[in-house]
Amino acid sequence: MSTSFDYLDRLEAEAIHILREVAGQFERPALLFSGGKDSIVLTRLAEKAFRPGRFPFPLVHVDTGHNFPEVLQYRDELAARLGEKLVVRKVEDTIKRQRLREPGGKYPSRNPLQTYTLLEVIEEFEFDACIGGARRDEEKARAKERIFSVRDEFGQWDPKRQRPELWNIYNGRIQKGENVRVFPISNWTELDVWRYIQRENIPLPDIYFGHERTCVVLPSGQLLGLTEHLQLDDEDEIVTRQVRFRTVGDSTCTAAVESDARTVEDIIQDLLLAKVSERGATRLDDNISEAGMEDRKRNGYF
Amino acid sequence: MDLLRFITCGSVDDGKSTLIGRLLYDSESVSLDVLAALEKRQASNGTVDLALLTDGLRAEREQGITIDVAYKYFTTPRRKFIITDAPGHVQYTRNMVTGASNADLAIVLVDARQGVIEQTRRHTLIAALLGIRHFVLAVNKMDLVNYDEAVFARIATDYAELTNHFHLPAATAIPLSALQGDNVVKPSQHLPWYTGPSLLQHLESVPGAQETEAAPRFQVQYVIRPQTPELPDYRGYAGQILSGQYRRGQRVRVLPSGLESEIEAIEVNQQEVETAAAPQAVVIRLRDDVDVSRGDALVPAGPEEPTLTRELEATLCWMSEQPLWPGRKLLVQHHSALSKAAVSAILYKVNVQTFARVHTEQAQLNDIVRVRLKTALPLAVDHYTDNRTTGSFILVDELTGDTLAAGLVEAANSEYFTAPVAPPVAFSI
Repeated sequence: MSTSFDYLDRLEAEAIHILREVAGQFERPALLFSGGKDSIVLTRLAEKAFRPGRFPFPLVHVDTGHNFPEVLQYRDELAARLGEKLVVRKVEDTIKRQRLREPGGKYPSRNPLQTYTLLEVIEEFEFDACIGGARRDEEKARAKERIFSVRDEFGQWDPKRQRPELWNIYNGRIQKGENVRVFPISNWTELDVWRYIQRENIPLPDIYFGHERTCVVLPSGQLLGLTEHLQLDDEDEIVTRQVRFRTVGDSTCTAAVESDARTVEDIIQDLLLAKVSERGATRLDDNISEAGMEDRKRNGYF
Repeated sequence: MDLLRFITCGSVDDGKSTLIGRLLYDSESVSLDVLAALEKRQASNGTVDLALLTDGLRAEREQGITIDVAYKYFTTPRRKFIITDAPGHVQYTRNMVTGASNADLAIVLVDARQGVIEQTRRHTLIAALLGIRHFVLAVNKMDLVNYDEAVFARIATDYAELTNHFHLPAATAIPLSALQGDNVVKPSQHLPWYTGPSLLQHLESVPGAQETEAAPRFQVQYVIRPQTPELPDYRGYAGQILSGQYRRGQRVRVLPSGLESEIEAIEVNQQEVETAAAPQAVVIRLRDDVDVSRGDALVPAGPEEPTLTRELEATLCWMSEQPLWPGRKLLVQHHSALSKAAVSAILYKVNVQTFARVHTEQAQLNDIVRVRLKTALPLAVDHYTDNRTTGSFILVDELTGDTLAAGLVEAANSEYFTAPVAPPVAFSI
């Protein structure tokens, strides 16, 4: 047999190894599931890691209340098809419980508030490990984060006190109150994720593919799907365009890109030609400052 | 398409981050928005600082140095690359060890004006110690020495003397300028006397990882037992093939128990396969109902077996601010096997410039020491030089959970007591 594996085979093997280490080392892990492509890929990897057994963790969705309906439907269908437990906790409830201030402005993103709900759900279920689909190619602070990332009881990340991570040995030992964020697809790029989706023939929510949508044109020229959460005024330009989403976070801060890519193959072709990164194209809240992501991660953001 | 993981080493200001920036930039792997952000920061003097592509932390930008390992990715039509950008500062040696542990190749950067210096030696030796077999000597800043062939030739000769002296793998020397982009991705007209490949051409042609050449090793990470009406008796041992190949029907021994059985099935994604090889993630089922749990190894019985031992000699890269003293109790994590352990003796400290052995009472942060280690449970280990995966372990603080050291198995059990004492400066791999 061939002894030279394709790079996707290697990335897959590494990710499965990491998922099994989580299962072997932790008492109460969770898989954070947003309904986006990265966490969908994680569920496929978990099937490969643990079938014919059950997943040794529930899927946990922190619902901002600003999600795309297609994504929520996909989430529920996937959980049902997998026969795995799905835990949903709503940012809305956290806002009420903790008397947090709702974000204002024209594009009221609840992204920063997700951290509060996440920390609540970690406390509620005493999760000691949270698996997430973050990739190091997304952002330069993420490029610095370990695959097993130890967080204190407030969810904080300290980049200067990271554990060295040697060979493929992952150290998940923690003290009470701490938890570990685990990123099995750290070494994947956006293109790797799409190539894997193609290879594995993984179904995705429709909004990833080109479709007609009513959008607001932002001052930056980016297109934001029109939802009831946006505060529009008379000067806003509303257009109908052929768009798709590269990432499906909070609808109030996730821009669409113009595209009529109908298939995964089309999207891969799009990406090979794309000159703008995933975050640069779609996220409105990362560009606040040079260290925006680092600062949010320090405070417990995923 | 295959994958190559490489690390860049060299002293502070040798231009590691700039070189990586240049590789990404010239291979058109930098997105326009990322570039725009860079240009915004550099508006005052007009030039783009490519090093900022990798120095992602606030403190790194403040100090203009790399503190922690960063991982960067790029792909050419020939290959996918994972770059480990490791810090050059002496005080961050542990992070360099972190980066080197996973790399197939090391690029050792030298400033053409400085030549081979202490950090060049230190990083070369650490990278070799960690088992890297492919080295590139990147003689950088050639633009600052008028692209002088004699300067390059002298440095290449000095470095060859170093690698010969320590019996290290020979390096491929390449003259370049990361700042100007000479010979990084494209061959440069400033270097007409150089006829070899550009750095990227070389990186595209080096052989990648070949884990299948080593003896078969598999460790159980997780036992799959569905206990459902359809699968009441299913018991699968999930894990990654760490090295070598396994096949259905093969006799295997379970370590540490020593019980033997036969591989009934190897499953990859619930499909039964005849053979599987490293680094595949598989589920193995055995013919007999033997007791197997997480941390146990399934290995071929006979001469290819690893050493099962509770006493070993190892090289440690000590990574904690708290010193190591003889007698200190800690945990050893040998992949999925975990055991209490104690360092019974610190034999010597290694001078990482000369590899001379120095007596020491304690190991301090960033020290490289040879120790004797006793473990509560027997571990199935190989020598690090034979098997980078099963010859490696980490030491963990039982109370804080912190990773204290990287460990490389040098001798185990019976050999351990008779290991010949090599001449003080010799380091052969």
